[in-house]
Amino acid sequence: MSIVVCVEQRDGKLRKITFEALSEGKRLATASGETLKALLIGSGIAGLADELKKYGVDEVAVVDNEALAAYTSDVYAAVLAAYIAQENPALVLFGHSAVGKELAPRTAAKVDCGLVSDCLAVTFADGDYLFSHPVYAGKAIGSYKVVGPVRMATLRPNVFAVAESEGAGAVVDFAPEIPAAKVTITGVDMASSDRPELTEADIICSGGRGLGGPEGFALIEGLADVLGAAVGSSRAAVDAGWREHAAQVGQTGKVVSPNLYVASGISGAIQHLAGMGSSKVIVGINKDGEANIFNVADYGIEGDLNKVIPALIEKLKELQ
Amino acid sequence: MKIVACIKQTFDTEAKIVVGGDGQISDEGVNLIVNPYDEYAVEEAIRTKEKDGGEVVVVTVGGDKAQEALRYCLAMGADRAVLINDPALAGADSRAVSVALAKLLSEKEAGFDIIFTGKESVDDGVGQVPSRLAEKLDLAQANVVTAFELSDGKATATREIDGGSETLELVLPALISAQKGLNEVRYPSLPGIMKAKRKPLEVLALGDLGLSVDDVASKVELVAAELPPARKAGQRLTGEVDEVVAKLVQLLQDEAKVI
Amino acid sequence: MEFVYTDEERMMLQMARNFAEKEVKPIAKEVDKEHKFPADNVKKMGELGLMGVSVPVDYEGSGMSNICYAIAMEEISRHCASTGVIMSVNNSLACDPVKIFGNEEQKKKYLADMASGRKLGCLGLTESNAGSDAANLATTAVLDGDEWIINGRKIFITNGNEADYCVLIAATDKSQGHRGISAFIVDLDNPGFSVGTLEDKLGIRGSSTAELVFEDCRIPKENLLGEVGKGFKVALTTLDGGRIGIASQALGIARASIEDAAAYAKERVQFGKPIAKLQAIQWMLADLSTHYEAARLLTHRAAYLKDQGQPFGKEAAMAKLMAAETAMKAATQGIQILGGYGYTTDYPLERYFRDAKITEIYEGTSEIMRLVIATNILK
Ligand SMILES: Cc1cc2nc3c(=O)[nH]c(=O)nc-3n(C[C@H](O)[C@H](O)[C@@H](O)COP(=O)(O)OP(=O)(O)OC[C@H]3O[C@@H](n4cnc5c(N)ncnc54)[C@H](O)[C@@H]3O)c2cc1C
Ligand SMILES: Cc1cc2nc3c(=O)[nH]c(=O)nc-3n(C[C@H](O)[C@H](O)[C@H](O)COP(=O)(O)OP(=O)(O)OC[C@H]3O[C@@H](n4cnc5c(N)ncnc54)[C@H](O)[C@@H]3O)c2cc1C
Ligand SMILES: Cc1cc2nc3c(=O)[nH]c(=O)nc-3n(C[C@H](O)[C@H](O)[C@H](O)COP(=O)(O)OP(=O)(O)OC[C@H]3O[C@@H](n4cnc5c(N)ncnc54)[C@H](O)[C@@H]3O)c2cc1C
Repeated sequence: MSIVVCVEQRDGKLRKITFEALSEGKRLATASGETLKALLIGSGIAGLADELKKYGVDEVAVVDNEALAAYTSDVYAAVLAAYIAQENPALVLFGHSAVGKELAPRTAAKVDCGLVSDCLAVTFADGDYLFSHPVYAGKAIGSYKVVGPVRMATLRPNVFAVAESEGAGAVVDFAPEIPAAKVTITGVDMASSDRPELTEADIICSGGRGLGGPEGFALIEGLADVLGAAVGSSRAAVDAGWREHAAQVGQTGKVVSPNLYVASGISGAIQHLAGMGSSKVIVGINKDGEANIFNVADYGIEGDLNKVIPALIEKLKELQ
Repeated sequence: MKIVACIKQTFDTEAKIVVGGDGQISDEGVNLIVNPYDEYAVEEAIRTKEKDGGEVVVVTVGGDKAQEALRYCLAMGADRAVLINDPALAGADSRAVSVALAKLLSEKEAGFDIIFTGKESVDDGVGQVPSRLAEKLDLAQANVVTAFELSDGKATATREIDGGSETLELVLPALISAQKGLNEVRYPSLPGIMKAKRKPLEVLALGDLGLSVDDVASKVELVAAELPPARKAGQRLTGEVDEVVAKLVQLLQDEAKVI
Repeated sequence: MEFVYTDEERMMLQMARNFAEKEVKPIAKEVDKEHKFPADNVKKMGELGLMGVSVPVDYEGSGMSNICYAIAMEEISRHCASTGVIMSVNNSLACDPVKIFGNEEQKKKYLADMASGRKLGCLGLTESNAGSDAANLATTAVLDGDEWIINGRKIFITNGNEADYCVLIAATDKSQGHRGISAFIVDLDNPGFSVGTLEDKLGIRGSSTAELVFEDCRIPKENLLGEVGKGFKVALTTLDGGRIGIASQALGIARASIEDAAAYAKERVQFGKPIAKLQAIQWMLADLSTHYEAARLLTHRAAYLKDQGQPFGKEAAMAKLMAAETAMKAATQGIQILGGYGYTTDYPLERYFRDAKITEIYEGTSEIMRLVIATNILK
């Protein structure tokens, strides 16, 4: 039997979450003795198979078809279900990305199997897989089992370490029947920014109400520029109209887990922590020594962000 | 036009979560609300009806208390409500919930044009029901939608994708899952609350849908729940701004090794 | 006896609480500081049916119980007592007398306008020499053909600066004392009417307290509310009902004080532990919560009696007395629990304190409440 990773690519570029999923798939495959397979879907993407081989895949199945140029959940789910019917995998892994969040459950419904979403860890013990994922906005962690021959999980980006490894690396074609799409994509509007995407970023600099106004984000952007970071925001700053909702981190925004999260002028409300509590290192900058952010920050600076951030930018520039 | 809104009753997000002695999460004394994203779904359903006519049916899978959530939606302006309430569905997983909803919507409540759902429920944030339901009913779907329009029988939706947004055209019937920003949710007016009392609320058990207990057996089982390891407060850096900043940079480089 | 909410009461509570938290709370500080009438929220409250809670649906009200009204008043006042009194005056002092004493035409026009929130109402009773002694009126109404001619000045009138309609209490025959008093509905866009002095005051600064000036103000004959000579009864009946609203306003202020003080006490560390661990603080909060609950039961019982069409004057007076004194005490001790911080405008406790005081004064002072209660139990 096998573990299948559903590869995510956009405009011919593989997404980082795919490498994370493959690396985790390899670890699990080693533990359970399954083979690791990757399913690559798209149009004109066959060339990407080589890159996938670096992560210990035993086989890459390529579905390359013009009709698959644009992702739509109905059509991609049909392709995946056909592959699963052929392979009978024990486990199928997706990234918990915008695509994965939609595609995994749609596929699971087609295959009629259980799916655990947004996993922080997957383990194999006593002949079964155990999935843990946060519930109640991270206030508790549940561990789950999936009943049935096929299990599915989506993995939270930036949580699983990427590791290269050896694998058989065979590449095969897979050509299922492709149904007509019920959805047509008529426009795409990618935020034009040199900054990394929030959920994939290694470093995130976030600002909140303490910035005092939209101008305050210039400071956060300055800091993000020297760190090569993405810019996030608390809900208070979004509600005030200083930042787009897409930048909101928290329970009703994005869930992120960067290596470094710098929160400036953010009090650390429970709903904000739900979105960034799994960051590896948290820095809090706040003028209120009692702010809750200091209860979770690895490094806390009590001070006026208008003084601290410019000084920090200077110091970081010195290093470069 | 027949418009359906799927809602779920959830814990108030301010609620303090308690893990009971049995390792399960306890709902003792917790305030229950309509899942915030589902309010956007209900609002969009009502707006669509106000614009194009028809009826709005709110449906949920839940226990006795879920009637309160349904009444709240009726007070907002939905016309009818259906509650699927069966002991076999207590603790149901996303699959079971979508099986029950799909059965209802393909038989007893067939003939809908649009289904609105929330993008996810805030209690567990799993977000599976919309996609599962769309698949089971073989519908076009748009998830995480921030703008929606219906004209000449064609639905257009704008949805969030990683790093941007996408505009889609959907063939009806379709399923739309709502994201914050889709609309401004109304408060139920007092006359609305009064009217809600007299609006039909139908309660169905699995048998009424022609489903058996086996049909809704869970495929995902909670083995245990625990509180996450509490993050500890780390170091507080004090002193002059320049010193503090220098210290921070050094710690991030040498101790945390993140820059 | 049942002490559980009905479905509609629970929904009302949820809706009013949501609305108060999302719309009323964010501007409460500004409303107070800048004496700003919260016009947008008053408009929204009209759309939601909060301006005519227990007015029948036929007259564009919400057709809900007085218990629902009490619940909603408390939730709104929890975050802003100014908004609370604006709502209370429209519901209790302007809609209610028209609902009870008005004829069909008056209800179709004036009641529907006010209950729907299209128009705002006020009650003109108090004068410079008629406060607690409300029958000692100098304002007169004289019939002249098809019109009443009104002359006089009313003071301290809540909503007076913004109101469209006034339920006016005036003397039609001074020789008859309180039997020579009649009630009227006055359209305030009348050329014989003007707004005089606006009071600058300690609390509820978002609501106006205005002088109403009537100079040969002619109103149609049919705007008499009830019968000639029965106006004092209109005033007293109106105030009885109004006290349920003010009691609920006071409950809102009391709860705000207790909740904010309790939250602060859990956070504030002195002598190495949160001050909430100190018995001195715990007892204050325990006593306040007990008084609050007692006042709430009294208030809801008065509302219940009113809903049942039973006499409720004594109960409403008790409710207002108890709730007002509880609000004052809770705000005073709330500030105490916050220490110096409570005295600053960084925290809303000082606002609750300033707002609480008026509940012991208007719609009958606490002394008058005791008088009403005593008269009732000694008769
Ligand atoms: C703590 C906890 C953890 C869980 N973890 C998992 C898990 O990992 N995998 C799993 O399969 N199940 C899980 N479940 C069960 C499952 O999440 C819910 O019971 C199920 O009702 C909702 O599915 P969902 O979370 O996918 O809902 P979501 O898909 O997050 O909800 C999205 C939308 O679907 C609609 N919807 C959801 N539930 C209902 C309903 N009952 N009635 C009508 N419409 C509804 C609403 O419009 C909602 O906004 C968990 C349950 C709990 C309490
Ligand atoms: C259902 C629900 C969902 C929610 N979802 C989210 C969510 O997804 N994300 C989210 O963020 N919030 C969410 N919230 C809101 C959350 O409860 C908080 O209100 C919000 O996070 C507060 O944002 P903030 O920290 O920027 O503002 P505040 O709490 O106002 O904090 C501002 C901070 O800035 C500090 N400060 C001010 N000036 C300076 C200065 N010059 N220098 C340094 N520090 C300064 C202050 O001391 C203060 O600590 C949600 C709430 C609810 C009810
Ligand atoms: C902000 C505000 C808003 C108001 N809104 C309105 C409104 O909308 N409409 C309206 O008509 N009026 C309104 N009023 C007037 C209010 O109802 C009166 O102020 C109140 O009834 C007291 O009257 P007074 O101020 O003349 O005091 P007084 O009657 O002069 O009382 C002075 C003191 O003597 C005591 N006292 C008087 N008589 C007795 C007695 N028999 N036994 C024991 N003690 C007694 C009182 O309790 C008080 O302590 C408002 C007042 C304020 C301050």
